[in-house]
Amino acid sequence: MENETKVMSVRDAIIMAMSEEMRRDENVFLMGEDVGIFGGDFGTSVGMLQEFGKERIRDTPISENAISGCAIGAAMTGLRPIVDVTFMDFIVYMMDNIVNQAAKTRYMFGGKGQVPVVFRCAAGSGVGAAAQHSQSLEAWFTHIPGLKVVAPGTPADVKGILKSAIRDNNTVIFLEYKAQFNMKGEVPLDPEFTIPLGKAELKREGKDVTVVTYGRMLERVLQAADEVREAEGVSVEVVDLRTLMPLDKEAILNSVKKTGRVLLVNDAHKTGGFIGEIAAMIAESDAFDFLDGRILRLAAEDVPVPYNAKLEAAMLPNVERIKKYILKLVNKR
Amino acid sequence: MAKSKKAEKKLEIPKEKLLHMHKLMCDIRNFDEKVNYMVKRGQVPGMTHFSVGEEAANVGAIAALSDGDLITSNHRGHGQTIAMEIDLNEMMAEIMGKATGTCKGKGGSMHIADLDKGNLGANGIVGGGMGMAIGAALTQQMKKTGKIVMCCFGDGAVNEGTFHETMNMASVWKLPVIFYSINNFYGISTPISSVINIDYNYQRACAYGVPGHFIEDGNDLIAVYEKFQELVKYVRDGNGPVLVESLTYRWHGHSTSDPGKYRTKAEVDEWKKKDPIVAYKNYLVGNNLATEEELDEIDRKSMEAVENSVKFAMESPEPTLESAFEDIFAD
Repeated sequence: MENETKVMSVRDAIIMAMSEEMRRDENVFLMGEDVGIFGGDFGTSVGMLQEFGKERIRDTPISENAISGCAIGAAMTGLRPIVDVTFMDFIVYMMDNIVNQAAKTRYMFGGKGQVPVVFRCAAGSGVGAAAQHSQSLEAWFTHIPGLKVVAPGTPADVKGILKSAIRDNNTVIFLEYKAQFNMKGEVPLDPEFTIPLGKAELKREGKDVTVVTYGRMLERVLQAADEVREAEGVSVEVVDLRTLMPLDKEAILNSVKKTGRVLLVNDAHKTGGFIGEIAAMIAESDAFDFLDGRILRLAAEDVPVPYNAKLEAAMLPNVERIKKYILKLVNKR
Repeated sequence: MAKSKKAEKKLEIPKEKLLHMHKLMCDIRNFDEKVNYMVKRGQVPGMTHFSVGEEAANVGAIAALSDGDLITSNHRGHGQTIAMEIDLNEMMAEIMGKATGTCKGKGGSMHIADLDKGNLGANGIVGGGMGMAIGAALTQQMKKTGKIVMCCFGDGAVNEGTFHETMNMASVWKLPVIFYSINNFYGISTPISSVINIDYNYQRACAYGVPGHFIEDGNDLIAVYEKFQELVKYVRDGNGPVLVESLTYRWHGHSTSDPGKYRTKAEVDEWKKKDPIVAYKNYLVGNNLATEEELDEIDRKSMEAVENSVKFAMESPEPTLESAFEDIFAD
């Protein structure tokens, strides 16, 4: 089992990660709207009610404020709740509890207490769900000291990061992408397989350009990187953050120093987005002196997510645009 | 009316407990009056809200809890915090922002918590403790501890959305939690009567299918205590949550920056005549449950403890600047 893997979807990786942790620790439980018999809005808890029962696979009223507050109170007193937020847009109803309570409790109390909750958020567009069901709101949470924010982009990373998030003693905002629940990949079966939070991974090594990304955009960035390598001979290094907070600055800066060129890609809106923070961090660091060009960003346009599939796709970075920006950086176009 | 009724009551509260409740009320009064005195002289660095006048409503409720039970408190948390037996030295040091404070000087008056004693903290957000309270209650239910949670808030908090959501969730899950609205008639300057269209907050209980209880004289310590003994038993027996409301009054402004233009001196004076500590002393002495000397001695010792807490706080070091960067994350 130790080195065995199996091809599975992101959805199944989520179910596997939660189920393993619930078997390992009786304090872990899942709560949210329709997590029980329905199996989750995105099928991310199918079968879990049958194994763990309704106490630990806990259907809630449609009450995001109470769900989040309840999870925090349960966490402060010894349980380890996982909250299925479903659409990340609904987390807006949970903001006071996450921002004013969970993030600050330990600090305000002088280092006493902890709030180990994972808020699992189905983020991003891509399923025709329109403006109130398609947002990636990670930047609101990376802005708040005391929260951890993660956004893995492969099934294996989803499993490893989710398990670490559940074991973490802090509140973790976990982004999973509704357009990628069916994305498949090799996933380790070892129940002790975890990926530490705060560690980026070089998904491709290269020497000409660094692309920093995370979450949903990883798949497109990797395709773009492979295609420009094949077609143009451009060697792209892909830094997959996986964790936004705490940020693996070292991995980013080392890569930028190596290539001297950097493109930042995410699926959240451009203005005020987290990649803007990365751009500023690079510009302030000694890596700036290694740059041979501007720091470029590719992000979702600053418009609400439209319903029509063509419009929806048009506002997001795609493989072609990512390639174009990579080539722009190496002066090939 | 309440007084004659009290005199007839056959009390089974041990004397030790009777005197201890007096001590806690004295501690609250003396502590807050001392802080107010220091605020006026610029000796307290931050914002504070006082529980003076509300001592019985706080002590009577919390005295009915057992060891291991939990509370959540609100921005006016001094009364509940002291009733939960916090170390006064550390509490005073916290309000003075010192390193020896309950929260190492990082929380201040609005965030004093005492997790070891079951106090999940005062809260600067109105209604902010309600979610925590039902979550803490869920832990007790799932772990079958037999412990319960008391969620304390003011009159204004019932108009926050979280009140509705948490009351309902606690009800459908039968969580062991007492929702306790300490009604002092004003949300800062706004009279509660102008922001609810019913007479009292407890009347909302029926909307959630839980019992609503009313303590008309929240300054009558025995009335508060007896009502809470009944409610604690009901909740501990697994019957689900209750909503209870007591009427009381804050003698001071909302916070230390409140000039109090929204109420008359006559109104404040009228309530000062219903001083819960005086009423309790009269009751104990009138029923030969304690002597005036005994009670005054308790008050004197309380005053001394408060003075000692000031001395402790004054002599305590400021936190190191490095400490501002600590305690953000748990390991």
